[in-house]
Amino acid sequence: MNTTLLEPREETGRNYLNADYSIRSWLLTTDHKRIAILYLVAITFLFFVGGAFAGLMRLNLLTPQGALVSAETYNKLFTMHGLIMIFFFLIPSIPAVLGNFLVPMMIGARDVAFPRLNLLSWYLFITGSLLAMVSALSGGVDTGWTFYTPYSTTYSNSYVVTMAAGVFITGFSSILTGMNFIVTIHTMRAPGLTWFRLPLFLWSLYATSAIFILGTPVIAISLLLLGLERIFGVGIFNPKLGGDPLLFQHLFWFYSHPAVYVMILPGMGVISEVVPCFARKRIFGYNFVAFSSVAIALIGFLVWGHHMFVSGQSIYAGMVFSFLSFLVAVPSAIKAFNWTATLYKGAITYHTPMLYALGFLGLFTIGGLTGLFLATLAVDVHVHDTYFVIAHFHYIMVGGAVMAFLGGIHFWWPKISGRLYPEAWARLSAVVIFLGFNLTFFPQFILGYLGMPRRYHSYPPEFQVLHVMSTAGSSILGVGYLIPLVYLLWSLRYGQAAGPNPWGAKGLEWQTPSPPPTENFERTPVVTEEAYAYTGEELSAGL
Amino acid sequence: MQSGLPLFPERASTIGASVDQLYFFLLAVAGVFATLIFASVFYLAIRYRRRPANLRAEQIPGSLVLELTWSLVPLGLMMVMFFWGASLYFRQARPPDGAAEIYVVGKQWMWKLQHPEGPREINELHVPLGRPIRLIMASEDVIHSFYIPAFRIKQDVVPGRFTSEWFQATKPGRYHLFCAQYCGTNHAQMNGWVYVMQPADYENWLSGGAPGESMPAAGERLFQRLGCSTCHRPDGAGRGPSLEGVFGKPVLLQGGAKVLADEAYIRESILNPDAKIVAGYQAIMPTFQGQISEEGLLQIIAYIKSLKRGTQP
Amino acid sequence: MPVSESELALAHQFVDLDQQHDAATLGMWVFLVTEIMFFGGLFAGYAVYRSIYPAAFGQGSRLCDVTLGSLNTAVLISSSLTMALAVRAAQLGRRARLIAFLAATVLLGSLFLGIKFLEYSHKFHEHLVPGAAFEYSGPNSQQVQLFLCFYFGMTGLHAVHMVIGVGVLLVMIVLAWRGYITPLRYNPVEVAGLYWHFVDIVWIFLFPLLYLVDLHR
Repeated sequence: MNTTLLEPREETGRNYLNADYSIRSWLLTTDHKRIAILYLVAITFLFFVGGAFAGLMRLNLLTPQGALVSAETYNKLFTMHGLIMIFFFLIPSIPAVLGNFLVPMMIGARDVAFPRLNLLSWYLFITGSLLAMVSALSGGVDTGWTFYTPYSTTYSNSYVVTMAAGVFITGFSSILTGMNFIVTIHTMRAPGLTWFRLPLFLWSLYATSAIFILGTPVIAISLLLLGLERIFGVGIFNPKLGGDPLLFQHLFWFYSHPAVYVMILPGMGVISEVVPCFARKRIFGYNFVAFSSVAIALIGFLVWGHHMFVSGQSIYAGMVFSFLSFLVAVPSAIKAFNWTATLYKGAITYHTPMLYALGFLGLFTIGGLTGLFLATLAVDVHVHDTYFVIAHFHYIMVGGAVMAFLGGIHFWWPKISGRLYPEAWARLSAVVIFLGFNLTFFPQFILGYLGMPRRYHSYPPEFQVLHVMSTAGSSILGVGYLIPLVYLLWSLRYGQAAGPNPWGAKGLEWQTPSPPPTENFERTPVVTEEAYAYTGEELSAGL
Repeated sequence: MQSGLPLFPERASTIGASVDQLYFFLLAVAGVFATLIFASVFYLAIRYRRRPANLRAEQIPGSLVLELTWSLVPLGLMMVMFFWGASLYFRQARPPDGAAEIYVVGKQWMWKLQHPEGPREINELHVPLGRPIRLIMASEDVIHSFYIPAFRIKQDVVPGRFTSEWFQATKPGRYHLFCAQYCGTNHAQMNGWVYVMQPADYENWLSGGAPGESMPAAGERLFQRLGCSTCHRPDGAGRGPSLEGVFGKPVLLQGGAKVLADEAYIRESILNPDAKIVAGYQAIMPTFQGQISEEGLLQIIAYIKSLKRGTQP
Repeated sequence: MPVSESELALAHQFVDLDQQHDAATLGMWVFLVTEIMFFGGLFAGYAVYRSIYPAAFGQGSRLCDVTLGSLNTAVLISSSLTMALAVRAAQLGRRARLIAFLAATVLLGSLFLGIKFLEYSHKFHEHLVPGAAFEYSGPNSQQVQLFLCFYFGMTGLHAVHMVIGVGVLLVMIVLAWRGYITPLRYNPVEVAGLYWHFVDIVWIFLFPLLYLVDLHR
């Protein structure tokens, strides 16, 4: 790559990790790379909390009577599993960890535009998560993560306001991250780095940031109104006092639908980085992949009513939302085809990030195709609020987003930590995760069409075999997630030292030492070629 | 442990056949595309793996033809899905004329079903085979959802309004009834059974058992007790309009607007009378919010429906 | 070697002052978009309920003091003028003038908040605050209470933003006093001005929607 190479500081060995070992230097850091690590630690912890709740749910569902926990406890488990996984794990995951680490590096900058706001966003995230934990430890919330009124405002006896406050505050963390990314990408690109030379990871983060900016404030106001109603007993959403419960649903889903695109777009960005690297090829259809990210973000704001087809909303509104929901599927399909085409005539290696990317391709495809069933009005009437929906979104969020997150963590691990992870163990866990995931969630499609409703602590006996299969899968999946935790931590001390670019990848971040120095680049690089400018001559990854 | 692995639900309604047809179409399309992607990825990942014979990748920037093809073909298929689904949805929203009505009230955590002829059921619904049935539903507290998987129908039951759905059963038997909108602690217990009976058996069932008051009769009783009859006299000479034959017809309001006198209109007129004033009358009707239950509202509506010209005492 | 003023003004992540200026300004605009969406949710709820309960919203609106509301509108518009003049003074390096105009803006903003407090206390004494103590003897009392929920919610959220704005301006005054604001680095004041103008514009929308519905019925 024709960039001004910086002199790697191998001799001094000074990097962002060892620049200062004190706790104070970590807790008051404004270095985007350290903030990314802070986020990584926090969300990893929260992921396992949310996962533990899911494990308990699946164990309870081994028997039709649901004998493991009481109905009340079960209702709290699924509520908090959803809240933690969505707001405190998936939404921040790739943007706040990989995004924070990589955005400045990928554009040749020394940091993001507003480093202190970046640190503030982490503290807001921690505050929100603590409030969520307080709510959980005090007794939890049992409204479902969707907080539908009037149950959540008037009938639930759980710690709704504390939890809502936690989510509200964490929302501001997203807003600050989005602000930082938009301004950084707009104003701080290195000379020669035009929009259409940007890595696709940045296109997807830009689109994600637009959603953060436009959507998050609406859930903030929804939760604020919810809290006011609950505390002061007014009737904004309470029909007995003249209010409309459906207004809450509209306000809630106006954010929460785009939120799912927040959860998948960054993952798609990771795949767009990994596939070209391990196929040794520039991506097929760069412009189309870039524009599809923007299209998904924009159209994604227009489809929220597809969560409300049987809510009592007008059937004509339903038709409009259904039509638009089909439209939003097209750009995702375009991406899937482009990634597949990138494999054609490549020179492919099966390093762990590529295994995760290939798994993503298959599982995201299934998840996306089943979304079409839900966009189809008459079919959604039957499967709405059943396990079919649960299976659909887990295919996208777990089979898609979590696998992309893990793929990205493995891909950039050498850059972040300066170490290589053990490839054999990593490949094994990728396979275990893939198999465990499918066994957990594929039976749920069948359960859903059979009529098994969601949020049920107990169920009719004929559904038991499918539930047992699903629970068996979930134990395998749980093991699959624990293995990387172990070996990644192990690699920090015992892993082989990684050079600046173990994969032979294109991208400015690979032009720095591993781990990089605090200021990233000695001199601002100048970019003269397009993204993924593989020529086919490069050594294969891992050599 | 229950043996047997059910893979596909029973089907017992007219609309169910159409829904399943559309579902199979979606399955076919999804199956084809999933297979296409899986097979391509599998094949390409192996065929083009890096090995001594294949050390160098060929750089291919893209192909506009391919992009357009794989955008427009899926879009076309999706438009088929959309139109098919939307037209079926439209059918699902419109009960045939002459559908029999049954009233449903959901509350934490049970379903109360009321046949207009009188019989009441809790968590069970007996219906005749081959006749269209329209359910008119209300909630006493939070949002519930009335779901009969075998009929492929579902509709949320929302407090503060009426919602409805319809079906026509095609197979005698017993089918699950589930609440499908999370409503609190015993949401999973809020289910029951729908019994589809031969028409003759259904008539026997209706007339057997303890004689219950028919809904119009119960409604009439309530109408008198709450004092509605004082103002709403059949001759229209009272302070309120006559209700004879009003149901299902347009009503002229103050200010010139017209509204259809359906269940929602009657309900609103009782709970929020100032919202729509009939032309030529004063806004003096008091609200009955808090004085009448959801069931009471349904009974009065049933009574008003039963009023034809010259029948109101 | 003495450090130049422009080097002092430049934060480490930026390449030059122009980039820093552009970034800060764009950042504030992006933030204001989030604020539009935040208030937007309340406006959407207001629109829904006003279309369902037009009469009650008229009744509720007539409970709001148009005189005080108009006075507040004039106060806030004036404060936007003094704010704009403060930004100009900062660009020109006129420190005394800058501090004077910032102080005037703070005073006007505080006057606004004082008048608001007066309105709120009137409502409190008339039992018109939604909640357990709400009392209203006219018709449609439930929907009038709903209107007042929006009144307090929207003006309350606005007032919170005003308080934050006043705080930011006080910080600007301190910075100006210490000589931190110069023609090469006046961006903080400019960005604070953007925020202040936005809060003003929100009020321009709130005033007619809350105070002027069915005024002459």
